[in-house]
Amino acid sequence: MTDVEAKIRKLASERILVLDGAMGTMIQQRKFSEEDFRAQRFTEWNRDVKGNNDLLILTQPDCIRDIHLEYFRAGADIVETNTFSSTTIAQADYGMEALAHELNVEGARLARQAGDIAEKEDGRPRFVAGTLGPTNRTASISPDVNNPGFRAVTFDELATAYGEAARGLLEGGADILLVETIFDTLNAKAAIFAIEEIFAERGSRVPVMISGTITDLSGRTLSGQTPTAFWNALNHARPISFGLNCALGAKEMRGHVAELSRVADTLICAYPNAGLPNEFGLYDESPEAMAELVGEFASSGLVNIVGGCCGTTPAHIAAIAEAVKGKAPRQIPEIAPKMRLSGLEPFELVA
Amino acid sequence: MTSAASSFVNVGERTNVTGSAKFRKLITAGDYAAALDVAREQVENGAQILDVNMDEGLLDSEKAMTEFLNLIAAEPDIARVPVMIDSSKWTVIEAGLKCVQGKSIVNSISLKEGEESFIHYAKKVRAYGAAVVVMAFDEQGQADTFKRKTEICARAYKILVEQVGFPPQDIVFDPNVFAVATGIEEHSNYGVDFIEATKWIRENLPHAHISGGVSNLSFAFRGNEPVRAAMHSVFLYHAIRVGMDMGIVNAGALPVYDDIDPELRELAEDVVLNRRADSTDRLLAVADKFKGGKQEARVVDTKWREQPVSKRLEHALVHGITEFIDADTEEARAQAERPLHVIEGPLMDGMNVVGDLFGSGKMFLPQVVKSARVMKQAVAYLMPYMEEEKRLNGGSQRSAAGKILMATVKGDVHDIGKNIVGVVLQCNNYEVIDLGVMVPVTKILAAAKEHEVDVIGLSGLITPSLDEMVTVASELEREGFDVPLLIGGATTSKIHTAVKINPAYDRGQAVHVIDASRAVGVVSQLLSKENREAYASGIRADYLELAERHARTQEDKVRSPIAAARANRLQIDLDKVASKPTFLGTKVFKEIPLDTLIPFIDWTPFFQTWELKGRYPEILTDEKYGEAARNLFEDATAMLRQMAEEKWLEARAVIGFWPATARGDDIVLFTDDDRSQELATLHTLRQQMARTKDKPNLALSDFIAPEESDVADYIGGFAVTAGIGEEAVAQRFARANDDYGGILAKALADRLAEAAAEWMHAEVRRTHWGYAADETLSNEQIIAEEYQGIRPAPGYPAQPDHTEKATLFELLDAPEAIGLTLTESYAMWPGSAVSGLYFSHPQSRYFGLGKIDRDQTVDYAGRKGMSTDQMEKWLAPVLNYDPNRQAKIAAE
Repeated sequence: MTDVEAKIRKLASERILVLDGAMGTMIQQRKFSEEDFRAQRFTEWNRDVKGNNDLLILTQPDCIRDIHLEYFRAGADIVETNTFSSTTIAQADYGMEALAHELNVEGARLARQAGDIAEKEDGRPRFVAGTLGPTNRTASISPDVNNPGFRAVTFDELATAYGEAARGLLEGGADILLVETIFDTLNAKAAIFAIEEIFAERGSRVPVMISGTITDLSGRTLSGQTPTAFWNALNHARPISFGLNCALGAKEMRGHVAELSRVADTLICAYPNAGLPNEFGLYDESPEAMAELVGEFASSGLVNIVGGCCGTTPAHIAAIAEAVKGKAPRQIPEIAPKMRLSGLEPFELVA
Repeated sequence: MTSAASSFVNVGERTNVTGSAKFRKLITAGDYAAALDVAREQVENGAQILDVNMDEGLLDSEKAMTEFLNLIAAEPDIARVPVMIDSSKWTVIEAGLKCVQGKSIVNSISLKEGEESFIHYAKKVRAYGAAVVVMAFDEQGQADTFKRKTEICARAYKILVEQVGFPPQDIVFDPNVFAVATGIEEHSNYGVDFIEATKWIRENLPHAHISGGVSNLSFAFRGNEPVRAAMHSVFLYHAIRVGMDMGIVNAGALPVYDDIDPELRELAEDVVLNRRADSTDRLLAVADKFKGGKQEARVVDTKWREQPVSKRLEHALVHGITEFIDADTEEARAQAERPLHVIEGPLMDGMNVVGDLFGSGKMFLPQVVKSARVMKQAVAYLMPYMEEEKRLNGGSQRSAAGKILMATVKGDVHDIGKNIVGVVLQCNNYEVIDLGVMVPVTKILAAAKEHEVDVIGLSGLITPSLDEMVTVASELEREGFDVPLLIGGATTSKIHTAVKINPAYDRGQAVHVIDASRAVGVVSQLLSKENREAYASGIRADYLELAERHARTQEDKVRSPIAAARANRLQIDLDKVASKPTFLGTKVFKEIPLDTLIPFIDWTPFFQTWELKGRYPEILTDEKYGEAARNLFEDATAMLRQMAEEKWLEARAVIGFWPATARGDDIVLFTDDDRSQELATLHTLRQQMARTKDKPNLALSDFIAPEESDVADYIGGFAVTAGIGEEAVAQRFARANDDYGGILAKALADRLAEAAAEWMHAEVRRTHWGYAADETLSNEQIIAEEYQGIRPAPGYPAQPDHTEKATLFELLDAPEAIGLTLTESYAMWPGSAVSGLYFSHPQSRYFGLGKIDRDQTVDYAGRKGMSTDQMEKWLAPVLNYDPNRQAKIAAE
């Protein structure tokens, strides 16, 4: 076990840890223009880059660092780097594949700087989770309904892209790698495959957090797996935490978190959206309302790490941190060793 | 959800090119569709893991593995089970591992090439997150004896667990099943060696599993399936007892150990367990006798008939069996002091069991409705006795949990959902007063007073019904009612209920009920003395907040001015305007044979009606809903056959074609090809969402060649119904107290009407208009709308204005031609009907109008010759503004 992992596990045995909230919501509030996104460096870029939030790592670094710091000050123990789309695959939309490595290095560095400032302020340890987003392609779903065997991306392409991003994050000082918002488990398996390769090369590991997304009320991932099937498919990564984020509000997510809490013998991490989008596509659950729901996760002993996804702000994180304060963290259950496989659904060999 | 858990796992072997000649042929011929069917059939037959093997010399096995696994991933009914990636070549295994999102099993690796490569592959398997089968095979070869088997497995286990860090529970040993009874003496003990090695491994290598390819065992008896099956069965019986927990077995073909002919069983056992020197000869001697002797009998479980009468009634209710209900009810009545006690005792007890099972998701709607049928029949049997008792001594009536009035509002004819809710409520001991369809507000108020109801439930499917519900709410308020008002039906929503209906009914509480399964929960809360206040005020607060938030955000949505939206219209390719239809004017079709329509039925919405969520045909094998769906489907197809044979319903259609041109957002129709005399104008609405150039702001008129182009274009129209006779059918079921049959018949009539529309459209494309004369689409493709052209209906997303139906019905003369009329809310009657326009242009497509601004409403009202106020009433659901507020602003 690495130092960081031992440290996190110790903290997590004492209390519920807090993750940060949404980056996108905070960036939107600043209403950056196309010019702001470009700054000096990309004035001549051949296409619009507004909306490429990860690019702000390079063009508005102070702002990104400030947001991380705001979350740390609001009570977060762990912040996620602003690198959700910093893979060559996702950056291709802007023609910025070549920047992927740099985005990850700098993204991790900014978050770590914020963490150092926050640690100095109050002496509490802070951690940076290097974010590996899902990319915008799916390895187990064909984008062409007439050709279900087709794949827009292969396992190998994903593993290469994830590997590059993960190397950059570690180089920039990320303490943890976070594979998140997983809607297709095969993408995540490629990420894990790449990460394991890096660990083997370096001869050392860092903790890995895994977080999936149940995309709708059917209770399955976009690629069709139930939460337990999803856990069975990824627990070979020996993640420090496993859980869910995005797509649902805390209320809708609860049952799925409870399911994982029963089956997964590792820390459980949940960071839902601020409710479901209203009919206008906005997330508008108040900090108090959300904190009450997430606080209940804690009272019921379902979680070890909590935070927020789309629509959440430092106010939400502060409220959530307050709500889980003093509540006992979930006890990691002893799970009997059985062969547990999965397709879209879990399978257990009971013998 | 719980895992599929098992102590012995059948691994399906039919998707293995080395094990199945049929599958090999399909794969080498590239017929992956049929190959997928093989996989699906295996999963349906209970394979818990699917073995996939593409090791065939003439195949590009890596490519075949990738292709097949990718295709499986797109089939949820197959992909739900884990895959066993089976190959003797590592490259094929690795190609497979890159395609599966779940956790699979690799079959297999071994020490054949030494420890180094074994460790390398084991690490890879782990990095891909799979379990592994390890063959008892080492540098010297395959293990045949007990000693070799156990030594190799122990060595492999140690390496995997200690050096690689492989979880022991993810290791499966295959200690090699070899053929016995081959005539070679050294082979005789192979079965015993396997079984004993299994026992040893389970005792000495913790958490590891045992698998084997069982069919090898009986290789000597190929051609004699009964003997082979008996050998497999006894072998498994003994191996499983000592811990074998996985096997590649054709599960469907295996007899149960106890069911094997005792003579055959003993002989087979002698061979497998190597109990006598002459065992092979003895089995050979009788083998022919058992050849081809298959027998199967489906046993109907009648054990429940032996239980006491109250349990029998419960069983009949839970399982929806009416066969014995009269006799059982009579028996219960004879034992009871009063007939009422039968209802309040065993029958209600049984229905409570049904209610509990439904509430906990263990029973589904169609089953509950069947239970209700049993209940009604039992009550009907008791009625004369209760009447008699009442006549003699004025005995008391049964007490219901509450009285609920239900109605489909004025102008609307849709009642399947309402009927289902009614049945569910009755099952829970509520008395339901059902006023039927097209019920005017005055009748609702009068009935509510007369019966002193506790709750009123309103249903509606078309958008004008939303307004009618507001009217009912205001009238209830005015008349001083305070009972809860339930709102349900396809177009209703929580937001509409909160923003429009609830504020109109201050004294009572309006509650939106999203589906039938919620109805009982909502009603019981609303009528509970303890919880009523808290529950209602919770809803009230929720709705108030919703309404306020809605008001706050009303003005946020950016819309393009109508002029700008028009400038961004779609300009169709005028070279692709279709040719003239084969006739102009209308044509009527009567007595369309139902058999013609049945293949066009889209079943998915049918299951949705019954709240069985999922797509057809996958729903039939769904883990949760599969059984309920299959039973429902069986009943539905049986009734369909009867409908067709006995002509319960008549399907009719009328279609028409007219010369047409687009003038702005209107479509002008002419009497004939001179195009000098205008016949009618169809009005369309244009999308006003903010759009960029590459996405036009659509209106249906865009799909017709514009006036200024001088291109001669045409438009079609249609109305079809499958509901002629529908009412008589419904009444027949009502008289028989058979709600299940009644709802089923209506739901089928609905599906037949949709199917008729689909069939008619195909006929139009291929023959009557003929612009796609060479179209060759399957019925599935047609249901998936893969054809050229569209048939949008007024009242649906592309043109939400129901009043346009009036013009269409006039053009088609639908009432006269096929007996289809419109209600004051422009719902069609009979209800199982579809109408719409035909657009033929290849660029025409379905779209949603979205919300529109006041500038378009004013313009549209002007074009239609209606007042803006009137127009706003009909377009209420799509307005991007609050008409009342706008009017105020305009007045100031």
